[in-house]
Amino acid sequence: MPNLMSGARMLVECLVREGVECIFGYPGGVTLPVYDVFYDHPIRHVLVRHEENAAFAASGYARATGRVGVCCATSGPGSTNLVTGLVDALMDSVPIVALTGQVSTKAIGSDAFQEADTFGITRSCTKHNYLVKNVKDLPAIVHEAFYIASTGRPGPVLIDLPKDVLQAQGHYSPVSSIHLPGYKVVTEGHTGQIRRAAQMIWDSERPLVYAGGGIVSSGAHEELRELVELVDAPAVLTLMGLGSLPADHPNFISMPGMHGSYAANMSMTHADLLIALGVRFDDRVTGRLSAFAPHAKVIHVDIDPVEIGKNRAADLPIVGDAKRVLRKLLKMLHETVSERERKAAARQAWWRQIRAWQQEHPLVPAFSDREIKPQHLMVEIDRLTKGEAIITADVGQHQMWAAQFIRFRRPRHWLCSGGLGAMGFGIPAAIGAQFACPDKLVVAIVGDGGFQMSIPELATIASNRLPIKIVICNNGYLGMVRQWQELFYNNRLCAVAMEGFPNVEKLGAAYGIPARIVERPDQLTGALETALAEPGPYLLDVRVSPEENVYPMVPAGAALNEMVLGPPQPVSVPK
Amino acid sequence: MLQVISLLVENKPGALMRITGVLSARGYNIESLTVARTLDPTLSRMTIVVDVDPALRRQVIKQMNRLINVLQASDLTEERAVAREMVLLRVRAPLESRTAILKEAEIFSARVVDSSVEGFVLEASGDPEKLDEFIDVMRAYGEIEVTRSGIVAVSLESRRLRLSPPVPTRAGSEPADSRLLDVPSS
Repeated sequence: MPNLMSGARMLVECLVREGVECIFGYPGGVTLPVYDVFYDHPIRHVLVRHEENAAFAASGYARATGRVGVCCATSGPGSTNLVTGLVDALMDSVPIVALTGQVSTKAIGSDAFQEADTFGITRSCTKHNYLVKNVKDLPAIVHEAFYIASTGRPGPVLIDLPKDVLQAQGHYSPVSSIHLPGYKVVTEGHTGQIRRAAQMIWDSERPLVYAGGGIVSSGAHEELRELVELVDAPAVLTLMGLGSLPADHPNFISMPGMHGSYAANMSMTHADLLIALGVRFDDRVTGRLSAFAPHAKVIHVDIDPVEIGKNRAADLPIVGDAKRVLRKLLKMLHETVSERERKAAARQAWWRQIRAWQQEHPLVPAFSDREIKPQHLMVEIDRLTKGEAIITADVGQHQMWAAQFIRFRRPRHWLCSGGLGAMGFGIPAAIGAQFACPDKLVVAIVGDGGFQMSIPELATIASNRLPIKIVICNNGYLGMVRQWQELFYNNRLCAVAMEGFPNVEKLGAAYGIPARIVERPDQLTGALETALAEPGPYLLDVRVSPEENVYPMVPAGAALNEMVLGPPQPVSVPK
Repeated sequence: MLQVISLLVENKPGALMRITGVLSARGYNIESLTVARTLDPTLSRMTIVVDVDPALRRQVIKQMNRLINVLQASDLTEERAVAREMVLLRVRAPLESRTAILKEAEIFSARVVDSSVEGFVLEASGDPEKLDEFIDVMRAYGEIEVTRSGIVAVSLESRRLRLSPPVPTRAGSEPADSRLLDVPSS
């Protein structure tokens, strides 16, 4: 029986049917009809303090669960403020649906108050976007948006909703099916190709699994583990893939790339077969592309055909969902498992080589009894959270140290802005993750720069009593930029000293959030324990050594095996 | 190198913008672009000619195929295909050269679509290179004004159109929290 209702009400009906429980948003003039529905509807709306953070919170929600995150903003400045969060979700393949208000259809194009061409602006920031011109199209569009956001290679979808469409009355009946004839998603990998992949794996002497965010998206972590164990292949995980193999798994080498370990990068350089799973050969992973994995044949599995051959030609492309492809591959590998012994001697030599690299230059955290080393901070967070916490990070040095030293044991426990590298991500993402997983410990590790981009959200945390632990890795600098100025611009430091950082204890008090500043290494463990034991939110300002740099480092444009392992050592003159 | 791309596209607002966006994001300049409805009025056929680094041709096609409004994108550059273009050309024709112009037009199978004391408007269609020659010849008769349609192209090989079938929505399924459904409107 069709019901007569407003467009705004239809929107909420459709959201509920899509399983949405929580929306991160910020109201405004043209979204008033939607907020009037929220007024007495049990769907949860979380008021953030800036629209960008609504998008990041939706992203945190989606990254922590795999479900679609939803954010909502008004027209004009509301929608333009979402843009960074949309691009972030696009780069990291995160399923979010963004709802934006728009001026009435009759006013579109007239430079009306708070009008912006959201549909045009967000075209390149989204997987797909819509401008709803007629209320009768609204329900199908909402379901299409969720379908597009969550299937294939996930990504952000935006729906621009003019005010008159939200106000218009229409007959609503649930839309039972949608038709997107041009939306092609290939999930089942080509069987013949997968069979060839199995053969290439048995034929290889120095195989290396190179896995990333696609494993997390498709939930293929169990299959990944089975693969590396069956083949006994070493594995590296990208920044986006950390946790999809437990960090203490013997086959896990570490993260490769610009700040990857020596062993991971040497393995990449010397492998004769790369089994690339849900990765995109990002420049931060490959270093100089022409020198990347020069001896390797490449099996490239990805759900997005655009990724295959984009940066590195694949010797064996397989388009499909990582989980399904791996299941088929595992079946074929099991059937041919007798072949495993054929290259056993070479494989053992390969492992010996990798173990030697690991011993030669292990990733060792720096410690000091005079100052808190940021690596020490990460090691302590790792030890105290035991791989159980959802860790979010901002962007910069602290993000790299966290990636190097926190041992992630399962997927969806490490949330950071990988592709876009958006500062100000960590705290709103933690808000989203905490709403998604209310019983989980959520720790936001941020730098002093990114923290200052997110301070307004302390109000969101305080007003919702979210038990998020914010740890500021505070070196008083925009550390990664400072590191580059030091190493590549003759230490001519410009615009990187973050003077005027607020007193966090007073700031916390202003928001009613307990807070503490720690400066000495012997205080660190106790302070972290206090923070983690706090039932509510906690703000911990950890003053770390200001001039610590992230190593190893592959300078931009260098090959992976040309990494710099540590700061230049002072030359000792024998007496 | 010029790439000829043929696209079958849903006739929806923004579809053209998405397609040209794939090209403009890489800084490619479009040489020509034609769009018109197909027999099915919900669909459009586009032919785009664009100067693309040969190594990236496949990538461009894949990026276009990724667009939700694109039903099919194909590269006709090295396929067996026919490409045609139309030109409308205004040429000043004083009395002494009118006969010669008409003779030249006939050689190129061009038609006179307007004739006045000042001159002719000629319509020619065919192979784009042939039209280049036609324009060159006409230039010899003095001032001309030219409007070209851009290339329309068709593959000589029929290719199967693979479309995705309709999919059920979650509208019929129970939401995680049923309290959220059937809330009376205020």
